[in-house]
Amino acid sequence: MNVRHIQTIWMKEIRTYFSSPIAYVIAAVFVALTGFSFALSVESRFPEATVRGFLFGPTGAFFLVILMTPALTMRLFAEEAKLGTMELLLTAPIRDSEIVLGKFLAAFTMMLAMFSLTLYFPLLLIWFGDPEILPILTAYAGLVLMGSVAVAIGLLGSSLTSNQIVAAIVSLAVLLLLWLASFVATLGGPGSLWVDFIRFLSLNDHLRDLTFGILDSRDIVYFLSLTAFFLFITSRIVEMRRWR
Amino acid sequence: MIEAKGLTKFFGDYPAIEDVSFRAEPGEVVGFLGPNGAGKTTTMRILTGYTPPTSGTASIAGHDIQTQSLEARRAIGYLPETVPLYMDMTVRQYLSYMGALRGLSKQRIRSRVDDMFSLCRLEEYTDSLIGKLSKGYRQRVGIAQALLHEPPVLILDEPTIGIDPRQVVETRQIIRGLGGEHTIFLSSHILGEVSQVCDRVMIIHEGRIVAMDKAENLSESLGGTTRIILEVQGGAQNEITRILAGIPGVQSVEADESSGELRFIVECEPTGDLRAELARRIIERGWGLVDMHTAGLSLEEIFLQLTARHEQEEEDSASTEPEPA
Repeated sequence: MNVRHIQTIWMKEIRTYFSSPIAYVIAAVFVALTGFSFALSVESRFPEATVRGFLFGPTGAFFLVILMTPALTMRLFAEEAKLGTMELLLTAPIRDSEIVLGKFLAAFTMMLAMFSLTLYFPLLLIWFGDPEILPILTAYAGLVLMGSVAVAIGLLGSSLTSNQIVAAIVSLAVLLLLWLASFVATLGGPGSLWVDFIRFLSLNDHLRDLTFGILDSRDIVYFLSLTAFFLFITSRIVEMRRWR
Repeated sequence: MIEAKGLTKFFGDYPAIEDVSFRAEPGEVVGFLGPNGAGKTTTMRILTGYTPPTSGTASIAGHDIQTQSLEARRAIGYLPETVPLYMDMTVRQYLSYMGALRGLSKQRIRSRVDDMFSLCRLEEYTDSLIGKLSKGYRQRVGIAQALLHEPPVLILDEPTIGIDPRQVVETRQIIRGLGGEHTIFLSSHILGEVSQVCDRVMIIHEGRIVAMDKAENLSESLGGTTRIILEVQGGAQNEITRILAGIPGVQSVEADESSGELRFIVECEPTGDLRAELARRIIERGWGLVDMHTAGLSLEEIFLQLTARHEQEEEDSASTEPEPA
């Protein structure tokens, strides 16, 4: 691994993000809809001084990450394949894994920038109320960890095809499956190994504790290993493309 | 500089190339000639480390393309058939990015990018978006990125395809000018181009190398005869043909009036030069000798002969196999 190679790819992708409207549109929609969720939660009959209000629900940050990450990542490999620039990257003196990591970090950086636009929610809570700080920090940690998984899955989808729409749909499907796994698990009876396994895979269950301020190393390991797993598969797929 | 030994690549059951071996010495310009689909691009993709061979080995500047892939790739400048460009970058941004990918330092990128602007005559378009450039200029940007890091080996896949004739001439000049400093391996399906630009020609047909030699040697070794073309005024066609055919050493005479002028294509035995004798006989008769020149086989003809011969051999070897009892 050569940090300079990763940085080169990272910088190029960041520049591309800023030169196209996609990132701006996604960030704007994200801030508007999470703001709507947040406003609803503090305006409710039983307002609580937590950030949970803008995280959950159909316009909450978690679900928006699932819906929007594919749009953020679909370009990363699919466009290189379509333009023929993949041939340039794969014959440049850099490793496949460095390409994958550089692209991952670029999309992840954009995602962090997007999350940072929501930081005024907790600031408002602190200004007008007296929230517990720890759950706010762990909730943001959960959002960031989930973002890394989503970007890794988006990157995998993009590496599979030269069609950006297909890339986005495949990534969205995988993300939705991981998101809905906990609902699937509620269908089965308790105690079965399968149900436990599906529940273990579910993004939802691992996020819930974090939003209550419970920092469990199992949850963190879950997100990090899922990210690493999808990045590993992505770099194998990039390598496999060479054989075609 | 480039050394390939027994490169073979299968796509499924279908062999794209079989047992391709060759060497290119430092500073040599080697042309890779063959019809579309003959395996040129596959060979180049193997050499550049884009795709691994099914079997065989190759090395670039002493680095094995599989075990020392990064070192080998560093020694190569590659222009793929579809020029790989980012349409939303300016020429300068694109070249700087390519320089960074190849691991050049910041100062070096700056000076090399400027060098490329003047070498590839891109000065007017340094800050234009690549998407707005004409095809010919895009091709130049593609060549510029291949040369940027001063690689000892240049691999150019169809460098003059799809650009207008004036730009083709310019591109060939650029390439010709690079020989000597760089080892160049370029592919083409245009035979004339290869003979103009290259020191040595390699002909590939259906995935196999069918000939490899200097362009002029190829026509000599295949030609067998020397061909002299005459243009004569003031005589009857039959009469002239009879006289020319009577000269010792002349194998055949063919008259050709298709161009409006009366031309004769005289095939001579390769021993000795018959031009003076031919001229004397025509002048003696009081005819006018308007033009006379020798012509080797053109590359087109060599190519047709070679590929036909190759197919013939295959048929022969197929028919001599013992019949199953």
